[in-house]
Amino acid sequence: MFEILEKKNLNPFVTLMKIKAPRVAKKAEPGQFIILRTDSEGERIPLTIADYDRSEGSVTIIFQIVGATTEKLNRLNKGDCLHDFVGPLGKATETEGLKKVAVIGGGVGCAIAFPVAKKLHEMGVEVHSIVGFRNKDLVILEDEFRTASSRFMLMSDDGSAGEKGLVTDALRKLVESGEKYDRVITIGPLIMMKFVCQLTKEYNIPTVASMNPVMIDGTGMCGGCRLTVGGKTKFACIDGPEFDGHLIDFDEAMARSSSYKAFERKAHEDTCNLFKGVK
Amino acid sequence: MANMSLEKNKMPAQSPEERIKNFSEVALGYTEEQAIDEAKRCLNCKNKPCVTGCPVQIDIPAFIAEVAEGRFEEAYKIITKSSSLPAVCGRVCPQETQCESKCVRGAKGEPVAIGRLERFVADRHNSLAEISTEKPASNGHKAAVIGSGPSSLTCAGDLAKKGYDVTVFEALHVAGGVLSYGIPEFRLPKSIVQREIEGLKALGVKIETNTVVGKTVSIDELMDEEGFESVFIGSGAGLPRFMNIPGENLNGVYSTNEFLTRINLMKAYKSDSTTPINAGTKAVIVGGGNVAMDAARCAKRLGADVTIVYRRTEKELPARAEEIEHTKEEGIKFEFLTNPVEITASENGWAKSVICQKMELSEPDASGRAKPVPIEGAFVEIEADCVIMSIGTSPNPLIKSTTEGLAAQSWGGIIADENGLTSREGVYAGGDAVTGAATVILAMGAGKKAAAAMDEYMKNK
Repeated sequence: MFEILEKKNLNPFVTLMKIKAPRVAKKAEPGQFIILRTDSEGERIPLTIADYDRSEGSVTIIFQIVGATTEKLNRLNKGDCLHDFVGPLGKATETEGLKKVAVIGGGVGCAIAFPVAKKLHEMGVEVHSIVGFRNKDLVILEDEFRTASSRFMLMSDDGSAGEKGLVTDALRKLVESGEKYDRVITIGPLIMMKFVCQLTKEYNIPTVASMNPVMIDGTGMCGGCRLTVGGKTKFACIDGPEFDGHLIDFDEAMARSSSYKAFERKAHEDTCNLFKGVK
Repeated sequence: MANMSLEKNKMPAQSPEERIKNFSEVALGYTEEQAIDEAKRCLNCKNKPCVTGCPVQIDIPAFIAEVAEGRFEEAYKIITKSSSLPAVCGRVCPQETQCESKCVRGAKGEPVAIGRLERFVADRHNSLAEISTEKPASNGHKAAVIGSGPSSLTCAGDLAKKGYDVTVFEALHVAGGVLSYGIPEFRLPKSIVQREIEGLKALGVKIETNTVVGKTVSIDELMDEEGFESVFIGSGAGLPRFMNIPGENLNGVYSTNEFLTRINLMKAYKSDSTTPINAGTKAVIVGGGNVAMDAARCAKRLGADVTIVYRRTEKELPARAEEIEHTKEEGIKFEFLTNPVEITASENGWAKSVICQKMELSEPDASGRAKPVPIEGAFVEIEADCVIMSIGTSPNPLIKSTTEGLAAQSWGGIIADENGLTSREGVYAGGDAVTGAATVILAMGAGKKAAAAMDEYMKNK
């Protein structure tokens, strides 16, 4: 059992939890993920590691309430325990040799982008962060990003926070103004990453995208997380989760991510109904 | 007086019509009367040919003689001297190519139903006896076992009985390996697997689930920092193979590992499961092994019309005869000499059909089986909104790639000698991680040998 040491609502739909998991904390690196189950009958869901504290033996996760499991997870509080928590899985973000990087996060993906920005910043890399949200109520980790970046741009779809526009608009502006990056790292909705990668391909900037597909075991056993990268099938859990964004078949990844949409919608509704009156 | 019937006592079973609507066990097991009657078919041969066919050398005639006399607990004791998982092996061992293939009674008529008797003895014991809580005296040595499938459970059990402090590390949230995630409930009830694991815990074996050795902790850390003197790698062959044909990443296409894991480990067949599964209306399973039969029969139970596509003929099917028979009885179709070359997509991006090349057999290949070759221009299209690739698995590279100095074959199998010793001192390996995908009983045999060698190593260290 894995105790919840801390819980914080970052916005109405996004929650941060610090989990006691000494073995995982000891090995965790930015870019890697964990798989958890809330209870003995729960499904396994992968979540990227948002932060870790080796001395405390804790791992921080940040999740958006989108389905039955994240709904259940969000009902747990400090002192409660998760039934299962396994990791760190996948490969860590490659940071070696980088001097100037643009980190681009979208929505809850910013939770994953932040530890990457933080690590790069601590290594002395010049970090420019561009983060995008639908509106001001959904903004998370703004202060944290500001601290870890020498340039920071906040974008929102409706202009209620930062500038109105897409993260790609901001990136284009920076590049057009003469900023030169050795790498762009993008984490967020598939559609956003697809357009970021299209743009950086235009400018020939090496780009890494972090994938978060459907997954069961996270150790290469099921193949459910497979995607096509440069014409070859890769498993996000062991070959990734980060891949060369210019080689990823995003359209296939988007189709695969919708496999269980109907099931997930129904499961989420059922769970919400279950919790009605429980509060 | 021996029972000279030429046929085995029939195994009571759920009827095909009934069982395709549930996931409960198909074969129901002998009654005491049936078991005694069957046991009396054994001629108690002096030279015991059946024992030579058993990878763990159970004294088969001796245990059967006890069954014939109704001394079932005595029979159980004889079996467990050699095998630590009798309730499992009685169900999933390929007896027809092992012990039963050597049975003298098989020369004329059917051999003695050794597997069914083993199952009877184990089930009867389990239904009556409490798990013994007697812990062997500790010898002060610490051993680690990686993975919790049949080879690991056997190795852990043997070491614990000798007094070792054993910890089993399992990547998933449930122990049992392929016995838990792979073999379906209707062939091997999970309560049986869990009982075996409870038995190990009663012996003092610690089980750490949610620990991926190679990620959460490395073998070197286990040995250098956590004080494990010897390590057994029984991590299996869990990496699924795909055909690398167009359309394989469409929605509705599964590796058989994913399909079975969703069903067996995550219980997706239960209406209240939080894990989704899609067996479609028409499912095509590619492959001809036991695992393909398992996937086909699961898909059938989930309501699909099921076809198994295999590139050779019925004669070459690698699955057990009994599994093939059960599969056919359940109304599952076979397309032989048929090999998928493409999966087509529907407008919404799901699998729609499998286009297959018709094959014919030519000369035997390296495996000794007739090699299937394409018949030029001959294709068939089979409608399918679910396609399950069941063409084999390879050892997971995670441990090999994170353990310096651990030698492996080019195809991924860990190199180990006949006692399981790898290229690293104190590190042993066995089961599918060494041989590639094989049987439960061979894995158990390897776990047993390795446990003996690890005992020698740690004692003399």
